[in-house]
Amino acid sequence: MEPIITVSDVSMRFNLAKEKSESLKEYFLQLAHGKLKFDEFYALKNVNLEVQPGDFYGLIGLNGSGKSTLLKVISGVYKPTTGKCRVNGTIAPLIELGAGFDMDLTARENIFLNGAVLGFTPKYIKEQFDEIVEFSELHEFLDVPLKNYSSGMVARIAFAIATITKPDILIADEILSVGDFLFQKKCEERMQKLMSGGTTVILVSHSIEQIERMCNKVAWLEHGRIKMNGPTEEVCDAYKKTTRDNEKQQ
Amino acid sequence: MESVKKHLSDFLKYRYLLYNLISRDFKLKYRRSVLGVAWSVLNPLMMCAVMVIIFGSLLGGRGTGIENFPVYLVIGQLMYTFFRDSTTMAMGSVMANAMLLRKVYIPKYIFPLEKICFGLVNYLFSFVALIIIMLITRTPLHATVFLAIYPIIMMFFFSLGVGLVLSTLVVFFRDVIHLWEVFTTVLMYFSAIFYAPEQFGNLMLETVIKCNPIYWYITSFRTAVLDGKMLTFNMVWICGLCALLMMAFGIWVFRKNQDKFVLYM
Repeated sequence: MEPIITVSDVSMRFNLAKEKSESLKEYFLQLAHGKLKFDEFYALKNVNLEVQPGDFYGLIGLNGSGKSTLLKVISGVYKPTTGKCRVNGTIAPLIELGAGFDMDLTARENIFLNGAVLGFTPKYIKEQFDEIVEFSELHEFLDVPLKNYSSGMVARIAFAIATITKPDILIADEILSVGDFLFQKKCEERMQKLMSGGTTVILVSHSIEQIERMCNKVAWLEHGRIKMNGPTEEVCDAYKKTTRDNEKQQ
Repeated sequence: MESVKKHLSDFLKYRYLLYNLISRDFKLKYRRSVLGVAWSVLNPLMMCAVMVIIFGSLLGGRGTGIENFPVYLVIGQLMYTFFRDSTTMAMGSVMANAMLLRKVYIPKYIFPLEKICFGLVNYLFSFVALIIIMLITRTPLHATVFLAIYPIIMMFFFSLGVGLVLSTLVVFFRDVIHLWEVFTTVLMYFSAIFYAPEQFGNLMLETVIKCNPIYWYITSFRTAVLDGKMLTFNMVWICGLCALLMMAFGIWVFRKNQDKFVLYM
């Protein structure tokens, strides 16, 4: 079967902020001194990944290993410095929920705004409006500005909006760590349901139990490279072993 | 061809976002004010009243020799304000949405485009102020008023081009914000808003003013609405060409740099 996501030889280079010139004067000063070199930093280095339709892919690794960067390359936020990333289908990104919210607007207005950010038509959102409200359980607070909401409530709404559609690919970056355990369970159910409808999911999580429970394939990233890639059990066992070894050494 | 088609379908998909962002700006601008939307008419009306009083009587002399000075002044003032406000808003728009652009894929030009559209909406509302002043001064209505659409549309595209360039520059150099503020002030004095360039009898100065595209947009508008005349050939091609060149330049600068935005925000 043709892979739904193909990441081929992708490298992502960042210029570290140390020498970042924020003003024109600084820029020319640095240019004159020949110091306009940035400390280069590769967040991803020659990463290859193929995701088949229907996969539930997990990404694991320590902080700063490039998991989020990889998700952003796939969802089109970052353009890779070298290499190519090809995606065949629609993506619903759940990268840091509520990115498209305006805290001064009410929940009702935000549902339409955030839906538009995700590329839905107003007609479609109107049809799904009740379901979003139902899922997020926020009936009484619909006309309250979002700034008065708790972070858990914001996350509920964001998750509800992002998952009303049946996207081909769902990208989730540690979103399941928000909200109380009841809501987490609800989110997992919703994702499983999407999966059974044929949606491909990519999930980043620090909870290895969650990855083991939900994913069928896992990629382990370390320092921007893929260290291991394969069936969940194999990779997770190796990962847990290294983590244990590290703990022992300390 | 393929990429044009892709851009077009991208734009169609996100046109609701454009609409939503404009309505958000509009709502937030007037939220918690007693008079609400009425301010979008009252504000330009009061600003214009102040300008008319200052330049028409206090500073005397400036208005003499210009027929129907209040309307002459208001047309210039409103058009210049449209340009200044929309470009200034567009300038910060990409930076202001850094959080969003770092997280979700959205065509980045949506933000400067939205601000110019929002500026246009405000500008259209301020026409009520213009109409009120025209009624007070009993300015006759000519059939040529419809020709004013041409300078407005061209001004829109000209501003969009400028907005694209500015929003790109600001990502890399924050200094531009301050420079632009100074520049627009200089521009105001060279746009023949409260005087006519011929008044000075200084050919050099007249030439400088006529190198300013804003002057041409304002003059075209005045010709159609105030003088009731057809636009001259010069007006048509200068307004059109400036808009076209600025748009081309804006798109080129923006496209060349947009992939680097996320790394600098």
